[in-house]
Amino acid sequence: MSTPLQAGMESTVKPESGEVTPAMEAKADDLVSRYPVSKRSAVLPLLHLWQETFGYIGPRGVEWIAKKLSLQEIQVLELVTFYPWFRQRPYGKFHFRVCRTLPCALGGSGKTFATLQKLMNLKSDGHEGAMVSEDGRFSLEYSECLASCGTAPVILRNDEFHQAVDEKRATELVAGCK
Amino acid sequence: MAFTEHRLIFKHIDAPGYTRDITCYQKHGGYEMLKKGLTMGGPAIREEVKKSQLRGRGGAGFPTGTKWSFIDPTKVTKPIYLICNADESEPGTFKDRQIIYKDPHQLIEGMILSCFANGVKLAYLYIRCEFTEGWKILENAIEEAKAAGFLGKNILKSGYDLEIYVHRGAGAYICGEETGLIESLEGKRAYPRIKPPYFPAVLGLYMCPTIVNNVETLCNVKHIVEMGGDAYAKIGRPNNTGTRLLCVSGDVVKPGYYEFPCGAITLGQLIYNVCGGIPNGRRLKAVIPGGSSAKVLRAGEVYKIKEKDSQGNMVDRDVKLDDLRMDFDSLAGAGSMAGSGGVIVMDDSRDMAECLANISTFYAHESCGQCTPCREGVLWLKKILSRIADGQGRDNDPDLLKDVADRIAGRTICAFGEAAAWPVQSFLGKFKEEFQIRIRRNGAAAKRDTVSLTH
Repeated sequence: MSTPLQAGMESTVKPESGEVTPAMEAKADDLVSRYPVSKRSAVLPLLHLWQETFGYIGPRGVEWIAKKLSLQEIQVLELVTFYPWFRQRPYGKFHFRVCRTLPCALGGSGKTFATLQKLMNLKSDGHEGAMVSEDGRFSLEYSECLASCGTAPVILRNDEFHQAVDEKRATELVAGCK
Repeated sequence: MAFTEHRLIFKHIDAPGYTRDITCYQKHGGYEMLKKGLTMGGPAIREEVKKSQLRGRGGAGFPTGTKWSFIDPTKVTKPIYLICNADESEPGTFKDRQIIYKDPHQLIEGMILSCFANGVKLAYLYIRCEFTEGWKILENAIEEAKAAGFLGKNILKSGYDLEIYVHRGAGAYICGEETGLIESLEGKRAYPRIKPPYFPAVLGLYMCPTIVNNVETLCNVKHIVEMGGDAYAKIGRPNNTGTRLLCVSGDVVKPGYYEFPCGAITLGQLIYNVCGGIPNGRRLKAVIPGGSSAKVLRAGEVYKIKEKDSQGNMVDRDVKLDDLRMDFDSLAGAGSMAGSGGVIVMDDSRDMAECLANISTFYAHESCGQCTPCREGVLWLKKILSRIADGQGRDNDPDLLKDVADRIAGRTICAFGEAAAWPVQSFLGKFKEEFQIRIRRNGAAAKRDTVSLTH
């Protein structure tokens, strides 16, 4: 017997491990309360909350959010696949997003990306989305304009924003991943 | 000749000792305009905004007073919503980031005033999630404003109630399109709505009348309340009033953000005097004056701009690229647009095919996929441009590109179609020979001396 496939979910998407704590439930309820007219509006905030807690959005997250907001699971999943910020698999402990848009490209973001890729020993599989190191320590992807074109090239390392990241600075940032 | 900035919105940005907390903001006169506005009353504020001739700072340049006048709070029976569009993601634009990170209360005060003026009781601040600290800063600012009685129930005992919530996007450029933003805020994919009938002023958020304004626009409202619409309209030029935040990036010595009265400086003054010119002894080749969706301008071009002469007659005037005024009407007259104020400068070492390939990669990534011409077309644009950049171009590729682009613009629900097509049409129109040379020099030689901009 094969495992039944979740709609739109690759069979490789593993259920997230970990428990939804009462504190997380309370946080979610607070987020929902910000949308008195339609709780469906809370899908994005709850997806953010889930991804920040569990690292990615798998079948458990989709189910939990759908239940919480009285939606069909597809109404949650279709947002996961639409919005580039959300991911369906775990990324590295240190996730790097390098801006690839024109001003950053003029400023050398291609070199920054190549430097990071080399330092992290990552190989592209030719697919869209992030490259993740085998030990789960690093992941790397291009991002579109991060709105700081005057200090190009810019990157995000997890939630930290870094400006003027040339090859030297990129090397320091990787070394600073503790 | 020195070019002194006229800092209205950016007055306190980067000022020594200025912090983003409410105490510092109030020490500098913060929330005094809210008090003034509450005594003036909503209709009076709307009248001042109309008189100010303020035009939207998000990209389209639509008059804010007119946008507001589509909704009459005394006649509308449904709730009215206001959304601040803080989804700043037009390539080349980084002005709203400065306000959000460094002076968030200015935005909150402008937003409360705008909500009050339009009878709004519930408002959302839609911020892109890549501003990973920005949304926390705004939530904190909202908390501070609430604690001080500037937000929430019975604001400053005026009887007016208002709640503002921060809503984070999730990395989709299309959420900057106002109806896409509304769909996103409703918890859906950000598919823009067709207009008519879904004008936000009529059928906006939850099918109720909705005002969507950019961060900079809302900040301006505070200053209009302070100085009055007539005085505000004296800054800048007729029909191009107020100051403009300009973001300069790319090949200039001093990239950055600057504030000038609208049209007070020319493109040449901005690049050479304010931003220190082109580095490394290079020369200007091309400039995109209003975010990557704006049509490119080529160094050395001369435009026919309609202007009033001393007798008040409209006459055509020849204007060189360097002498183009940085305002809405002049840049539109040159066939481009002031857009979101993002000026991207390219020097003569840059390969236009690579620059365009980079831009088209952006649009290929960001199309929402709703309309066939755009969904399919942008991928073809990217594919063809990438092969040209990779040295695999074919002889008829420039014509093919133009053909695809021409079939996107005007055939989509939202303006993204134009935004994706205009760069292709303008780069090809102005630098066609460069594309042809690149194609002729096919193979490894094509990539010879350029730093690759495509990934």
